[in-house]
Amino acid sequence: MKKIYFLRYVFLLLFVLFAGRLLAQSGTISGRITDETNQPLPGATVALKGTTNSAATDLNGYYRLTGVAGGQQVLTASFVGYKTQEQTVDVNGAVTINIQLQPSSTLLNEIAVIGYGVVRKSDATGSVDVVTAKDFNKGAVNAIQDAISGKLPGVVITSNSGAPGNTSTIRIRGTTSINASSDPLIVIDNVPISNVSVGGTANILTTINPNDVENITVLKDASATAIYGSRGSSGVILITTKRGSKKTVINYTATASLSAIPKEVNVYNGDEFRALVNRVYNGQTAITGLLGSANTNWQDQIYHKAFGQDHNLSVSGSTKDMPYRVSLGYNNSDGILKTYNFSRTTLDVGLDPSLLHNSLNIHINVKGLYNTNNFADQTAIANAVNYDPTQPVYNGNTRWRGYTTWTTNGNTDINGAPVTLAPANPVARLNETDNTSTSRRSIGNVQFDYKLPFLPDLRANLNLGYDYAEAFGHNTVRDSTQWIYIPVASGGQRAVYNTVNRNQLAEFYLNYKKNLKSVESVIDVTGGYSWSHFYTEGNSQLSDYKQTAFNSPAPYKTEYYLASFFGRLNYTYKDKYLLTFTIRDDGTSKFSPKNRFGVFPAAAFAWRIKEESFLKNVDALSDLKLRIGYGTTGQQDLNNNNNYPYQARFSQSDASSRYQFGNNFYYTLRPEGYDADIKWESTTTSNAGIDFGFLNNRLSGSIDVYYKKTSNLLNVTNVPVLSNFSATLLRNVGNMENKGAELSLNAVAIATKDINWQIGYSVTYNKNKITKLIDQNNPDYILQNPFSGIAGTTSGLIQADKVGYPINSFYVFQQIYDANGQPIEDGYVDRNHDGQINSADLYLYKKPDPTVLMGINSTFSYKRFDLSFSGRLSLGNYNYNNVASGSTYRGLYSSLGYLANQTKFADDTKFTNALQTNLSDYYIQNASFFRMDNINLGYNFPAWNHNRTRLRVNAGVQNVFVITGYKGLDPEISGGLDNNFFPRARIYQFGVNCSF
Amino acid sequence: MKAYKIFTLQAAIIVLLATSCTKDLDTKPIDPLVTTSATVFDNPASYKQFLAKLYGSLALSGQKGQFGAPEIQASDEGTTCFLREFWAAEEVTTDECINAWGDGGLVEYHGGKWSDNNLYVQLMYERLFINIAYCNEYIRDVNARIGGLTGSLKTDVTEYVAEARFLRAYFYYIAMDMFGNCPFATETDLPGSFVPKQISRADLFKYIESELIDIQQVLPETNEYARANKYADYALLSRLYLNAQVFTGTERYTDCITYCNKIINANKYTLHGSYRELFLADNNNCSDEIILPIAENGINTQSYGDMTFVIHAEVGGSEDATNMFGIASGGWGGNRMTTKFVNRVFPDASGNTDKRAIFYTDGQTLAITNPSVFTQGYLNAKFKNVTSTGALGSNDTFVDTDFPLFRFSEIYLNYAEAVLRGGAGGDAGTALTYINKLRERAYGNTNGNITAAQLTLNFLIDERGRELYWEGFRRTDLVRFGLFTGGDYLWDFKGDVQDGKATDAHLNIFPIPASDLLLNNNLKQNPGY
Repeated sequence: MKKIYFLRYVFLLLFVLFAGRLLAQSGTISGRITDETNQPLPGATVALKGTTNSAATDLNGYYRLTGVAGGQQVLTASFVGYKTQEQTVDVNGAVTINIQLQPSSTLLNEIAVIGYGVVRKSDATGSVDVVTAKDFNKGAVNAIQDAISGKLPGVVITSNSGAPGNTSTIRIRGTTSINASSDPLIVIDNVPISNVSVGGTANILTTINPNDVENITVLKDASATAIYGSRGSSGVILITTKRGSKKTVINYTATASLSAIPKEVNVYNGDEFRALVNRVYNGQTAITGLLGSANTNWQDQIYHKAFGQDHNLSVSGSTKDMPYRVSLGYNNSDGILKTYNFSRTTLDVGLDPSLLHNSLNIHINVKGLYNTNNFADQTAIANAVNYDPTQPVYNGNTRWRGYTTWTTNGNTDINGAPVTLAPANPVARLNETDNTSTSRRSIGNVQFDYKLPFLPDLRANLNLGYDYAEAFGHNTVRDSTQWIYIPVASGGQRAVYNTVNRNQLAEFYLNYKKNLKSVESVIDVTGGYSWSHFYTEGNSQLSDYKQTAFNSPAPYKTEYYLASFFGRLNYTYKDKYLLTFTIRDDGTSKFSPKNRFGVFPAAAFAWRIKEESFLKNVDALSDLKLRIGYGTTGQQDLNNNNNYPYQARFSQSDASSRYQFGNNFYYTLRPEGYDADIKWESTTTSNAGIDFGFLNNRLSGSIDVYYKKTSNLLNVTNVPVLSNFSATLLRNVGNMENKGAELSLNAVAIATKDINWQIGYSVTYNKNKITKLIDQNNPDYILQNPFSGIAGTTSGLIQADKVGYPINSFYVFQQIYDANGQPIEDGYVDRNHDGQINSADLYLYKKPDPTVLMGINSTFSYKRFDLSFSGRLSLGNYNYNNVASGSTYRGLYSSLGYLANQTKFADDTKFTNALQTNLSDYYIQNASFFRMDNINLGYNFPAWNHNRTRLRVNAGVQNVFVITGYKGLDPEISGGLDNNFFPRARIYQFGVNCSF
Repeated sequence: MKAYKIFTLQAAIIVLLATSCTKDLDTKPIDPLVTTSATVFDNPASYKQFLAKLYGSLALSGQKGQFGAPEIQASDEGTTCFLREFWAAEEVTTDECINAWGDGGLVEYHGGKWSDNNLYVQLMYERLFINIAYCNEYIRDVNARIGGLTGSLKTDVTEYVAEARFLRAYFYYIAMDMFGNCPFATETDLPGSFVPKQISRADLFKYIESELIDIQQVLPETNEYARANKYADYALLSRLYLNAQVFTGTERYTDCITYCNKIINANKYTLHGSYRELFLADNNNCSDEIILPIAENGINTQSYGDMTFVIHAEVGGSEDATNMFGIASGGWGGNRMTTKFVNRVFPDASGNTDKRAIFYTDGQTLAITNPSVFTQGYLNAKFKNVTSTGALGSNDTFVDTDFPLFRFSEIYLNYAEAVLRGGAGGDAGTALTYINKLRERAYGNTNGNITAAQLTLNFLIDERGRELYWEGFRRTDLVRFGLFTGGDYLWDFKGDVQDGKATDAHLNIFPIPASDLLLNNNLKQNPGY
């Protein structure tokens, strides 16, 4: 990892370079200065005690002292925030001395990777947060997002399901776009990663082994992200992996885990269900006659306690001038849903050779991933809720592989024709489905950093990277199963798919730093060029299990390019006033030549108030810095491989959407909707923040306020009919704003020889509002969210956007209640007073995103024991409880001829007849919660073998408990649509870590 | 200086690298299934493939069979199909059909309480106008190129354009019927560059009429199966003139009779021997009566919103989906007939006398007290995915049964009604003969024949129900007879109450959907919404 502690670095570098040339001496000492985690420390000072001969380390921690007198010398290495170390050296010609520094205080020295460079966090002018490996949530071995969840103010991470290895939705300072991506840009070891997921694998964060990650930096405001221009609107997450160390260290970590479902959905048991059906359908023997005599708990049938293991072996060291680190990881986790499995093998190689007397530093990264998943048939989760509990798992039929299956004609013939739309036997779903994927991915880059010998202030950096991923899989269901009827009724299926993503990156920049001592200024200029290419292709096809009938294959192939110029100027005056200007000129192949390039500028100012004379001697105040930033970023990341939205195109149909003329079937050609004028969406952010520290940073933190305005939203809205070739079209229309504030606090509550207690706390407030939706800006216009379909109906969309409301607000009828507070069936408020209740009475009510989010974490250590926990509080987030809205007495029986279990929410409403109850605002429920994400207890054995062999054991629980008033299974639902979610498991873990 | 030179050199290299790479930004689609509009007609086959899209938009929802590449967004892509929307608007709003699903849009349809926010209204509207936009593009693109074509391709393409104009007139006709004053554009309005103006219902009538007359010389006497010929044009004109009083306030019954006569006197079409066979999987053999169908095929034309919808939605209860209907994947248990319709139109619902009563009643009650219970109400078993010989269709889910858009028996009914309403060029005696031809086929003998005295308008609205039920005529017919709104004719759950109640006349026209009204300042909402 590179670290530019750049103010001091520039200062010292220049000093040493000039001084060194003047003094002609003999003998050299060179080597590398690293921090406590064996990461290089750039800008550290290395000096010969009692002389003026000193040097600063370069970007990779290397230094070189020339003209050293022979014989015994004392070398000192120092760096702000680290304990100065001395080492006696016997100088005889060229000597190599590597020194590892230990921190004097942990809080000052966080390194922020800022894109095309790094800064010490205290020198950052933008809103930047850092989490280093030692602060990761303990026990988060599956995915990196779990390791930082709750640690970062302004960052909301919501896992999309409880399945191991599953993806998470990450939002930095709210949702910024409606139809373009609101996902932050992920940059791994300086390689920006495409947002397109590879079929079968979840997002990129799940494919990275958390054990390999050293530092995660989050850039939040535009002044920080503008260097990524078009890709920085939703924030940037930069991941830096661990690097080689001076001494050879072998580290092995193993974690075993056991997952269990914390709580099942509250449904009627067999006896309750029989009683209920007999009561509601009293006397209707055609219906009550469908009841069986069993008592089956279907949820018990599909969930189990699941075992998981994670192993990680890494070797790091250094050969000659080349530090290296190689790590091998293996994770295998079963899901609590039977048959679900996630398996991941990772290989991570990092090499950092230095050539030409350290003037050419090369960083080579290669990451490999081999991942297999068995996704199971997750519809079993909903079916286990709805399957009639009076039926046994197996009923002895011969047509449906023995699994109890609803058949037509009132189940009279267990081998009869199936009711295909009835819930399927959940056990059959799991046992008869093989839904597995395999993916292989490699991400790598080589970065050359060359200090020009003739102009040492000038540095050239070339970064060449690639990201290759391929995935293939199948979703196979055996025949003689009720729920598959395409292409052959009860014929099972073989669905196969494959994807290849091939992305390339080439970047070059020059960096020039000059300390203008006469005017007490430092300038640091970076200018560069970036080129990337994104290519993806794939195919899928479906047939019945016996492969007698095939659906049309669905091949696709697409690509796009980005080409950008960027520059940054950092100016520091008196080491107190810091100014940053950033500009990026981005070109994308997605837009027409006239709209292709977007210019994204930003400026930021920081004032290190603590360095002023009037505060310098105030001991209680250890740090005070003011930051102000303003900038614009863009967005071109369109969903669904929409890479040619400005071009008039025709697309050909597949074989099963042909049309007959005469005796022939013709492929059809469709003109595609397009907007020739489509261009960048842009987000302007203003940010002001204060960083502070008291009592030698025993208490430190920061406060930020921000205002983000997104304009020219890439937004799929209706276009006037007849004016284009699709009813809705992606255009630049609409504005949205996010306003918010963030506070983070870190306290060292106790710091004694034996006891240490650190507490971290963050709170985030965000308010999202749509301020414009269509060109005419008619405030009555309502844009329904096409992805907010309600399960159990074909015409229900539960979320919509409207000017003045937060994005994805719920769009519902206003429920009327009786005197006892009981909702009246089919009783809604006539909001437009036209004397009837119809779709014109729908209104917007509440929203799914939290208003306030807090994170708290604590690490307490006593001698060799340590105890840590982290938790999150989310306030103001609402869910549409689709599980409850799908539960009515009406739903007990379907006239297609089957019974369906309901959740006990049906007892709350007692709705029996009405057709449309699921759009009631009764089901929009407050889903505020506190979740204790993890508690972990560890013990460090005394080190032996000259402090080289260390052993640590730890035990912990993840997803410890949830406190909420929400009545559904789990309040934390990304997007707010709660419909039979894969339950988050409670995970008990035991781990061992040893190094030698 | 040296450093400066190196710097300059490097800068030059960067600039070179940079400019060469910005050329990469000029991309064209690399998917072989995607072509730019500049090159698409380099392939002569494109003319017919694009024409197939115009017809295909009657049945399909997009470019992928079943679903996956729609042109209209909805949570269920099947609901965006022309036939599903057209069928729901013409049938679910009337006495002919009540639906069990509780989908918001359909509940409002049958209850006569839709707003401009109703999803089905919006999808119908979007489907009509996107189909018209495709036709406009076709006419524009082909007209621009037709001068450069030669030989048989030129002859074919000339016909294609006339068919595109026919389809456009058909879609505009439905738009005029349903929405009154509509947004309007032709091939001269370039996509992406204009906001459509609103045309009055009367002016749109004139436009449709002139288009249909203008293309008559180009449309062929006979055409390939499922493509429009000149008789489809005549049939649409007869329908247009029959409803002219509703659309423009001016009656055109004489013109209606003129075009009925053109079809009848050509002796090209007749009543197919069996009524039942007109609605089966091999009804492509019924071209003696069906003038223009929506062509369906279980393998090659798959969507959830064409006849696949009509047949699946009618099946449920104790019906044998596999053997009786050819849909082993099962019925959806949605649509059945109201009590009132059965009682009024089919006094003998057994099918023993009038064999057009192709109903299924086992396990069904005639009365409907709860719309969501599918076993309440008689089931319609007219449309099936089995052939006239009992063979199953080619697919368990997607059906082979074509939907008759125009068939000859309508022409007899149009003729009779236009005569009764005072049109010239026909006579009551001939009208009686035509109606009795329908009755003789229905009864298999002359027992159902009526007398001249029985041939009244009241009789005709019921006869149209008997002959054409569930074929997408009912709403338009009831409006023309003044029975759709108001209290003269009540059916189960009209006005959202079980016994039915009077509804307001503004419902005779659907509202312009809010989704378009708020986008297009040129549009004025229909009265009452």
